[in-house]
Parts: sequence; C-alpha cells; structure tokens
Amino acid sequence: MYDIKALYEASSVAHATELLLAHPEAQVIAGGSDVLVQIREGRRAGMELVSIYKLDELRGVELEEDGTIRIGSLTSFSHITKDKIIKKYINVLGEAVDMVGGPQIRNIGTIGGNTCNGVTSADSASTLFAWDAIVELSGPEGLRRLPIKEFYIKAGCVDLRPGEIQTGILIPQKAYEGYAGHYTKYAMRNAMDIATLGCSVNVKLSEDKETILDARIAYGVAGPVPMRTPSAEQAVKGQPVSKETCRKFGEAVLLDINPRDSWRASKAFRCHIGEVMAERGLEKAIRRAGGGI
Amino acid sequence: MVIGKSLPRVDAADKVTGRAKYTDDLCDKGALIAKICHSTIGNGIVKSIDTTEAEKIPGVVKIVTCFDVKEKHYFPTAGHPWSTDPGHQDVADRLVLTERVRFYGDDIAAVVAEDEVAATRAVRALKVEYEEYPVVLDPVEAMKEDAPRIHEAYPDNVLKHTSIRKGNYEEACKEEGLTKVEGWYETPTVQHSHIENFICYCYEEAGRLNLVASTQIPHIIRRIVGQALGMDWGRIRIIKPYIGGGFGNKQDALYEPLCAYLCTQVGGRLVKLDVSREETFACNRVRHAMKFHIISYLRPDGSYAARKLEVYSNQGAYASHGHSIAAKAMGAFPQLYPCDNVECDAYTVFTNRTVAGAMRGYGMPQASFAYESHTDDVCKVMGLDPIAFRRKNLMPAGYVDGFSKNENYFDSFNQCMDKGIEVMDYYRKKEEFKNQSGDIRRGIGMSVFWYNTAVWPISLETSSCRMVLNQDGSVQVQVGETEIGQGADTAYAQMTAEVLGLPFKMVHVVTTQDTDLTPFGTGAYASRQTYTAGFSIRQTGQLLKERILQYAHRLSRMPECNLDIVDGNVVRITDGRVLMALGELATEALYSLEDSQHITSESTYQIKSNAYSFGCCFAEVEVDIPFCRAEVKKIINVHDCGRLINPALAEAQVHGGMSMGIGFGLTETMLYDPKTARVLNNNLLDYKLSTFMDHPRLEADFVENPEPTSAFGTKALGEPPACPVASAIRNAVLDATGVSVNQIPLRPAVLFERFKEEGLI
Repeated sequence: MYDIKALYEASSVAHATELLLAHPEAQVIAGGSDVLVQIREGRRAGMELVSIYKLDELRGVELEEDGTIRIGSLTSFSHITKDKIIKKYINVLGEAVDMVGGPQIRNIGTIGGNTCNGVTSADSASTLFAWDAIVELSGPEGLRRLPIKEFYIKAGCVDLRPGEIQTGILIPQKAYEGYAGHYTKYAMRNAMDIATLGCSVNVKLSEDKETILDARIAYGVAGPVPMRTPSAEQAVKGQPVSKETCRKFGEAVLLDINPRDSWRASKAFRCHIGEVMAERGLEKAIRRAGGGI
Repeated sequence: MVIGKSLPRVDAADKVTGRAKYTDDLCDKGALIAKICHSTIGNGIVKSIDTTEAEKIPGVVKIVTCFDVKEKHYFPTAGHPWSTDPGHQDVADRLVLTERVRFYGDDIAAVVAEDEVAATRAVRALKVEYEEYPVVLDPVEAMKEDAPRIHEAYPDNVLKHTSIRKGNYEEACKEEGLTKVEGWYETPTVQHSHIENFICYCYEEAGRLNLVASTQIPHIIRRIVGQALGMDWGRIRIIKPYIGGGFGNKQDALYEPLCAYLCTQVGGRLVKLDVSREETFACNRVRHAMKFHIISYLRPDGSYAARKLEVYSNQGAYASHGHSIAAKAMGAFPQLYPCDNVECDAYTVFTNRTVAGAMRGYGMPQASFAYESHTDDVCKVMGLDPIAFRRKNLMPAGYVDGFSKNENYFDSFNQCMDKGIEVMDYYRKKEEFKNQSGDIRRGIGMSVFWYNTAVWPISLETSSCRMVLNQDGSVQVQVGETEIGQGADTAYAQMTAEVLGLPFKMVHVVTTQDTDLTPFGTGAYASRQTYTAGFSIRQTGQLLKERILQYAHRLSRMPECNLDIVDGNVVRITDGRVLMALGELATEALYSLEDSQHITSESTYQIKSNAYSFGCCFAEVEVDIPFCRAEVKKIINVHDCGRLINPALAEAQVHGGMSMGIGFGLTETMLYDPKTARVLNNNLLDYKLSTFMDHPRLEADFVENPEPTSAFGTKALGEPPACPVASAIRNAVLDATGVSVNQIPLRPAVLFERFKEEGLI
C-alpha cells in the first residue's frame, strides 16, 4: 500500500505541462521504478503524482533525416537494448542499459526517468555523456534543447523548470559516426545492482586503425553527477593505438575524477578501479573499432 | 521401494501455480495493521514518547508504547525445546516493548491502525526522547573494561564463556622441532534473507488467542507467547501454513509475542503484523559474526603436537540462541583434527549489533571458515599438500565422540574427498595453476566439515506422528516437524508409503501445523527432520499396519503373519495372492454394521542418538587482481548424509546451501555505522545476496553410507551444504594469488586492501 495523495494522468505533453503547473508540488512519474521506491521509503510519501506513462508519443527510437538518433524519453531499457537503430549505431547504449537492475526493472524503467532523477550511478547517463547527447525538454515556453552535461546541475538535481518534462534524448550523427564504444559497469554482483563505478568509452580510429583520432570517456559515480574526463581524452588524441596509450589514458583519468568516500566504497578504491576501467575500456573500444591491440 | 526415488515434491504444483497459501494469503483483508516504532539510537533509554500528533491521524486505532506495558513478562526467544531444569533454560531478556534500548531498531512502541498508510504515518509522527549511551559493535572491544554496558546482569558483556581442555597444551608446545602457525580469522554478520519476510496475525476466539505465523517452530512459539503474555499455554493456538523459507531466523520467537499482545490491546480484534525487508535485516536475527584466534604447533612429520583456539562470538543485543552457537563451533575444533593437547575457549559477547540467533549451520560455517583456512595456512607454511595433510590428520574412521557417542563408521572424509578430486580434476589443475603471473589467475581450493544431526544429548529429541486411514485406503500423516521449503513433506510421504506398503500418491501429508491438531513436536531445525520424524513415522506406520492387518484377518480369516500390504493391496505373502484392496478394507471398516472401526495410529518416539554427517567442497576460482574480484568458476559439494530419501530434493538442498555459502564467502555482510550502530545496508540492494548471475553451475554429489542409528539410514543434510563453501573459495584464492585473506566476505574492498598490502596492485 503506497502513501499517495493523488494521481493525475496526462493525456498529452501539453496536458502534462498543464497538470504540473496546476499542481506545483507534484512529482512526475513514468515507469515508477524510482518514484514508488522513494514513496515506500517515506521520502516522497503523501505526494501528488503526475503520470506521463501513457504518452506513447514519447516512446520509441527514430533516425531523423539529419542522422540524429532520437530516443523518446519513455522508451524502456529493454526496448532500447533490442532496438535496431540502437544496435546498428550506438550498441553500447543498449548494452549499458541492459545492465540496469533485472528484467522486470528494464521493462518498466525508462531512459527519461533514469536521467531526470539526476543520480550519478545511472547506467544510461555515462554512455549518454560519452555520446555528447542532447536532452530535449518541453514546457510552457515550448521546446528546449541542451547538452546533457548542462542538464545535470548537482546530485539529484537536473535542469527541469516548472511545468517541464523531458521528451527525448538526441544523439547527433557527428557524435557517433565512425565511433565504437564500450561500457563497463563495476558492481558488487552481476545483476540487481547499482554501479560502484560506471565507465563508458568510445573511440574513433584513423583509417589504418593505427592512430586514435578521438576518444571520449565518461563516468558514473566518479563525482556527484556523471562526468567526462577531459585530461584523459586529451592525453590520447592523436596517439598511436598501443597498450602504452591505454595505460596513459587510465593514469590521466585520475586528474579529473573525484569519487566520494562512503560506506559503499572508499575513494581510494574507486580511484583505483576507475583507472583500471579506463585502460581496459579503451582497449575494448579500440578492438571494437577494428584496432589491433 | 519408494525411498531413494526422485519423486516430485508433494507441494510442487500448488507452489508453482500460486495456489499454495501463505500467511498473508490467509489473513482476512479487514485485519487491523500493526507497525512497530523502532529506536533510532543504538544504546540508551527511552525518556518519553509523545503520541499527540500520531493520535490525530485518521485510521489510527491504538498506540501502545513501552510505558504502557505494565506487566513485565521477560521471555526467552530461542527456538529450543523448553527445559524443565531452570539451569538449562534460555536467557529471558526480552519484553514485547522496551524502554531500555540495546540496538538501533529496538522495539519501543507500536501502532495499530485501519490500514498500512495510517499505521506508517502514525509511527513517523511519534516523538521520542532518549538518553543515549555510547555503542559497541565488536565482541573483543565489548569485553574491555571501559566498554559500554548493555545488560545490567552482565557487567562484562560476556553472556557465557566455556572451555575445552585436553592433555597439556603449555607443556606440549615446548617439544623440540615444532613449527608454530598462528592466525586470526573473521566472519561477518549475515542475514538469512528468506523470500517471505516474517509475518503473523492474531485474533481472539472463545477466550483464546489464535495466531497464524510464518515460523519453523509452532509448538515452541505457543510456549513463548504464553510466557511473554503471562497466559496459560493452552489458551494459545499457533497455526503454521506454508512458509517462504526460514533458515533459522524463524527458529526464534520474532514478533509473535508482540502481535498477540497488540491483539489483546484492541479487544481481541484481528491484528496483522507484516515486517518489511528493512526490519527483517535490522530487527530479526542474524548469523553470529565470529573472530577466531588459532595457534597450531606442528611436528616435522606434519602432525599436530598442540593446538589452541579462542572464539569471540558477537551475540548482538539480546541472548536469543546465545552461547549454543559458539559452543558448537568450538566443539568442532578438537573433533575435526583430533590432537592430544588442546586448549579452547569460547566467549559469547553482547554488543549493540542486531540480535544473533540460529542460522543454517549454527556456528559451523564460521568454524569451517576459520579451521579450514587455517589448515591451508598450515600446509603453506609446512610445504604440504592440502589433501595429503587432511588424509593424515582428519578425524579417522572409527572415531567416537565421548559426549554425543557419534561415530565415524565409514571412511567418509576420504570417500567424499576422492569424489571431489575426480570431478574437479584436482591434481591436474593444481599443477596447471602453479607459477602464474598475469593480472588474471586461477586457483583451486577445498575444505571439509562434519555436522551433527539433531540436538541430542544437549537437548530433548522427541517426535510424534499421527496417521489416519481414509475410506479409499489412502492415509493422512501429521508430524511435529515442519515443512519450511526444504521438502520435508515429500520425504515424510515417501517414508510413510515405504512403511505402509502404499503407493506414494496414497499418502497425504497434512502440511499445516496447528498446535490444537498436530501432534507435539518441536519443529524444523538442527537438520533433524528426516532423522527424527523417520523414527516416529516408522513406529506409527507399523502400528497402523498392524491394525489394518488385524482387520484384514477379521475379513479374510487369514493369519496376520501371512499378510502384508503391497502397493495398496492386502496380500497373502505365502503365495502373493491379492486378497483385497486397502480401500475395500477401509470402507468396510468404517461402515461395517458388525465391527465399525476408525483405523488410526499415533505415537511418540524419543530419540536418544545422534549422527555425524560429513562432506567437503571443492572450488575453482578466477581472481582478477587489478579489479580486486574473485569469481567462482566451478564448484562442487560432496556429502555423506547417509541414505538419500529423495536424491533430487537432496541435490536441491545442496544447491541452496552452496549458494548461501558463496554469498557468505564472497559478498554478504551487514555493515554498521560505528557511531550509532545503525545498519547501513538493510535492504536487498545494498546487502549483496548473490543472484543466479553470480553463480556457476552448482554441482552436488553424494557418498551414500547408510547411517546405522537411523530409521531410514538418513542423517543431516539441511544445514551442512552451507558449511564448507567459504573456506574452499578462500583457499582457492590463496592458491591463485599466494595471498591469505582471513576476513570474509572476500569482497572487492577486502581484496583491495590485502592485494595492496602484498604489493600485487
């Protein structure tokens, strides 16, 4: 039995905005795999909810004319994993969200919810950071688009204005074309867990596969919000494909990441793992991009 | 033969289709809901509880605080048979609600409301004032002079200290040429994590309390509820339906006394108390965390000259099963590797942790981890082969324990190890894994254990059984030993069919235990069910058969000794002729105008024997050194638990225990905030119970030496599979990396520290 004050169901994106403006204290609910847990814990007990779960127009993956991949915010993790467009162009995102919780959570949980709750450990978030994703928001003033890095403000807090909901996540063609990626989830077990540290790497190699033209790396749980590590990216740009380059990549990560000390894992441990993850992640991404290492 | 066959579980279809009823399914939906207010300090006193705001919440029926409990009936919670000797009774240190808080989450008030939301809101609205004392979480710290005090009756926090002395340790370790091997070994606080959290409901009828509870021990709970409420025991009725696992947590009075008490506070109305997973972790029972200090002196030939053991067992805040667990762990030490000069001391110490009680293995998984890790440490120092060392030093065939009179009748240890060696291809792998250097290395390790069956002679062992013959010749069976998911009902059905000569399908086991209807029995614990119930089923079955054949004589005039029941028919054994179907006889017996009889039997068997159960585990582990992870790649348990009643169920039992052992060894531990004693990870996300994805294929094998003392040749298997696993994994990590890790679980945080110390990362 959940302690819910009222539930309002939106019938369109505009209706959702109306409802949110009419009930400024209300919490948006999509799949509910986070919100209901929080209500049960007492954190959001007695709240009003605005459900957007029935807005099918926010569900699904499309390839737009300019090559942008559009992922509707209500698209479930299992849908993303199995989607043909995702598989063809950014398979690593499908792999990353396939590591969320268990099968039931992946059927109900949405990528919009995973990013809007603002947690650093979200399995989708680090990969979206690494792909330079754009977040699309709809509110009283119309549509707004902003880079995912700007969407995250601080732990548990994203740039959602009154009456706004997230409607889509966009990956521009130039962000993915020619890149191959790899996601590592470091957790204490192989299912039903939250990342102790998550690391998404993607890389673009020269035509002869000997040189790294570009590498991007993003972490979850290495700071209060998901983050890129520019020092590491800079350190390997233009470098030859080699074990040594991967090692440098790992070392450079330590200049940027700033995980916290908690009872779940110490900072020293997270830093150590973070370094290993970057090194191994780059190796794997290079192999997927056709490089020999 | 029905015994020894892998027949399907009698409850399989109902359980997989959702038809089987558990406590919550049975409770009327109009029940009042009780929620407990738990303390938010770990040690101290409740000064006041302001209920004003909580009273105002719509739907609240009654708020009861610790100050409202005027009659203080202190009660023991351990699910042990009662002892009529006050010297052997469990410590009575609990109240249904307490002003004196001893752990974070202690029960200080309760709300009864019309629904769950109102009850939860009211608990949140209670305003509690405390006087707070410092907390202590570690048993060794708690024994220090300036440690915080927890129980007024135990000024040094030591619940009990017992010792074993054999030969002369001090003199023996002076022998020339000895090698000393010393180690500290530490095991975690873990929780049973059964699927169904504890739940019960209670209502009054005809001046008696009727309590339906998810428990392993209905008859014991009746006694404890009586003690806790100061009521005559006969005025309490406990009903136990199917339960979703217990593993020892439900071998304790959990919230049955409080629920019964709350029922009396609302005029006997139906009250349901359903605890959350968070409460299950923080406020039920846990496994005793233990610290072991072992010193061994070895002769150059690899034999033990002298050994010393200290055990510090973390009891948590209340006595529950108390020192029984540490005593059992200590008792295993001199029996596993007999040595002429031994000195052992075990201390059970109160701390402000969660109350420790019974959990699958009852001290033996902890003991096995320490003793078998130490064995491999000894082998490493001495340069000996771990298998050869065990063959030389383990309890030999023919060994008899003076106290229990248990005997190692066969060469079970060697037979079990031989199977494990073969399945694992042990020696080839041992050779292959030598001299590895890379980041990712493999290792192979093993470990052995022994386990008692039942609790005789420490405690009472009694089993009662009732059988009733139906018109169609089928039979109902009832025993006091409970089905808790382990498959006991199926084993009982097989035994009954065997004794009576009935087809398996003609035996109906009455699974629900009801203290008004079920013959007296102390429930499910100590891996005793097939052993103890076996005696009463055999005896009661023989009695029933005798009565059936007497009636068959009346109908057929054939001499009874020439008659038998075969496959549900009365048969003249001299020529094999079928005289009548049992159904014909039973119908005639019930409706006969000349001689009507209701053919039944009931009897009690008191068991005055016990039996050693044996086994081992072999594990192959891959260690990713930079990632600080150990992963089990292949694992097998081999058991000698006597004759298998149902091989498929036995195998399943072993799988479950191995899974528990893998969690104990690799991932599970309850973490506490050192300042407040609050449990940090009391949920299934943060408490890392292993999932299917974390296990390799679990392999089980058996050596079937029929146990001579047993009714059906069987002995303990319920708990044993959990005992040897953690040490086998730990020894495999040692084999892979050369690093001895003496603290489980071997989770990444622990491996990170150890690998750093050893310079591997």
